[in-house]
Amino acid sequence: MGNLIFEQVLNSLQFGVMLFLIASGLTLIFGVMNFVNLAHGSFFMIGAYVAAVAAGASGSFWLGLLVALPATAALGFLLEWLVFRRLYKKDHMVHVLATFAFILIFNDGVRMIWGPQPLPLNMPAAFAGPVNLFGLPYSSYRLLVMAVGMVVAVALYLLINRTRIGMWVRAGANNLEMVTAMGINIGLLFRLVFSFGLLLAALAGIMLGPLVAVQAGMGDDVLILAFVVVVIGGIGSVPGAAIGALIVGVVDTLGRSLLPQLFALFLSADAAASVGPALGSMMIYLVMIAVLFWRPSGLFPART
Amino acid sequence: MQRLFVPLLLVLAVLLPLLAQASGMEYYIGVLTRILIFAMVAASLNFILGYGGMVSFGHAVFFGLGAYVTAIASFHGVTSAWLIWLLAALVTALVGLVIGLIALRTRAVYFIMITMALAQLFYYFFVGFRYYGGDDGLQVTARPLLGLGLDMSGDNAFYWVVLAWLMASLVLLQRLLSSRFGLALNAIRQNERRAQAIGYPALRYKLAAFVIAAVIAGLAGSLIGMSNLFASPKLLHWSQSGILLVMVALGGVGYFYGGLLGAAAFLLLEEVLSTHFEYWQIYVGLILLLVIMVAPRGVSSLATIGKTLRQGEQHGA
Repeated sequence: MGNLIFEQVLNSLQFGVMLFLIASGLTLIFGVMNFVNLAHGSFFMIGAYVAAVAAGASGSFWLGLLVALPATAALGFLLEWLVFRRLYKKDHMVHVLATFAFILIFNDGVRMIWGPQPLPLNMPAAFAGPVNLFGLPYSSYRLLVMAVGMVVAVALYLLINRTRIGMWVRAGANNLEMVTAMGINIGLLFRLVFSFGLLLAALAGIMLGPLVAVQAGMGDDVLILAFVVVVIGGIGSVPGAAIGALIVGVVDTLGRSLLPQLFALFLSADAAASVGPALGSMMIYLVMIAVLFWRPSGLFPART
Repeated sequence: MQRLFVPLLLVLAVLLPLLAQASGMEYYIGVLTRILIFAMVAASLNFILGYGGMVSFGHAVFFGLGAYVTAIASFHGVTSAWLIWLLAALVTALVGLVIGLIALRTRAVYFIMITMALAQLFYYFFVGFRYYGGDDGLQVTARPLLGLGLDMSGDNAFYWVVLAWLMASLVLLQRLLSSRFGLALNAIRQNERRAQAIGYPALRYKLAAFVIAAVIAGLAGSLIGMSNLFASPKLLHWSQSGILLVMVALGGVGYFYGGLLGAAAFLLLEEVLSTHFEYWQIYVGLILLLVIMVAPRGVSSLATIGKTLRQGEQHGA
């Protein structure tokens, strides 16, 4: 039991860190451009697909990563210029519909190109085995995922709070007219923030690729989790996304793995097998409702 | 002529299954039944979206719940269709009230995301609840009975029952919209603060509209359960809610027949595309994108644009 809890706590942290990468991009795009991007999960998927193809062809996971990141960001840059920038001024309903259309296009698009079967994406050979962590074996690849996520989170913090571009982004989120008046090329800034947010989602997709199946629709449920993270943290707030991602990662992983066993203690095996998993996957939504009852605009509301 | 248009359309709708039978296209009776059922859900969504300004991304939850009421009732040996409809209305009213109370505390994007997340809560409930089939869904053992000496086991009869429900819903929505309630709802959508200042209890009006829409979607859900003889958790999935929004958007947000038109357009499009292409959703996506770019208020708005253009020509002449 101790082993299991230790492993699940690490898994939930690793999942939380990855959720942060997805949710921070989502919330950044909303915070700066006021744009609701349902297709965010699709870029999580596209990143994983491109990495799987490139890694399959070259035999190296790292090469896959190196190809997929700029490729996904470039696709985002192009689509922002072609389509999304025309939608910023329209209402959220239009954002939702247009990006939903892209979910349909991307999901069937990858099926059309790569077929309905999941693609294999193998973890790098150096990280395939377990490591000894305080006397307990744990997947070294999952540790790597966690480390990558945390390094990116710190870099993102420094980028936003310590650089000139970060300053423009923060200013843009607060007062767009002022930033434009200061002579910043707002169109280019938007395009960069947009593609950077998608790059973060793609990174999460590539890192999680070896742990989940690389298949069409893999970003759809991740998107909802990212929404829950963003709602809990407060829309537009990157620190909020970090706290929200940790809460959702921990509650979701522990709820799914431990609740069925907890119920087995005082319910019949049959009832526990039915109620446990159902309640386990509902936990994060119950947490979200609790947070919203307490603070309707999330824990760290970015806009007042 | 215009006053005759709706009654003529209604007569045509009643006769359609007979025409399909006469021309040997019985298969399309099922398609038509699906269109009517989805028209009912889309009309209820358009009611809160187009007139109440509530962009609900979780409307499929009521649809799915209705289907599950049919399946669970049948699982426990309930055979009366009327009892099932009553149960579906009660369950969806209750869930609509709870979701509405939570979601309406927030607005704009929060409302979109929260309705979506709350609907996922119910989706995962049914996926995980193995007693009622889990992610395999739940069979409906037999089509429920109508009683009163009527029989809806045949495809034609069931089509007419669905048509009757659609008509009843449309009449109810039309009457609501032209009543004081509907006018107040419209005022709240246009300027909530002003409506509140005049003295309308905005939250209570929006909540009432939300619950009414939930019940209509739930009744339609019970009908889809009776039609497919099956309830699947997929009916509650957020992508289903997205498709309902797409239907309303295609047909025309805030146009009374927008939901009906959109449901028909989407399902016919699906029918045609899926017979010709294996990956047909990509084309649905492209068409949707085109409609959003050209006519963001849906196909119905094009008719208005046409009219305005013609008027412009007359003035010019």
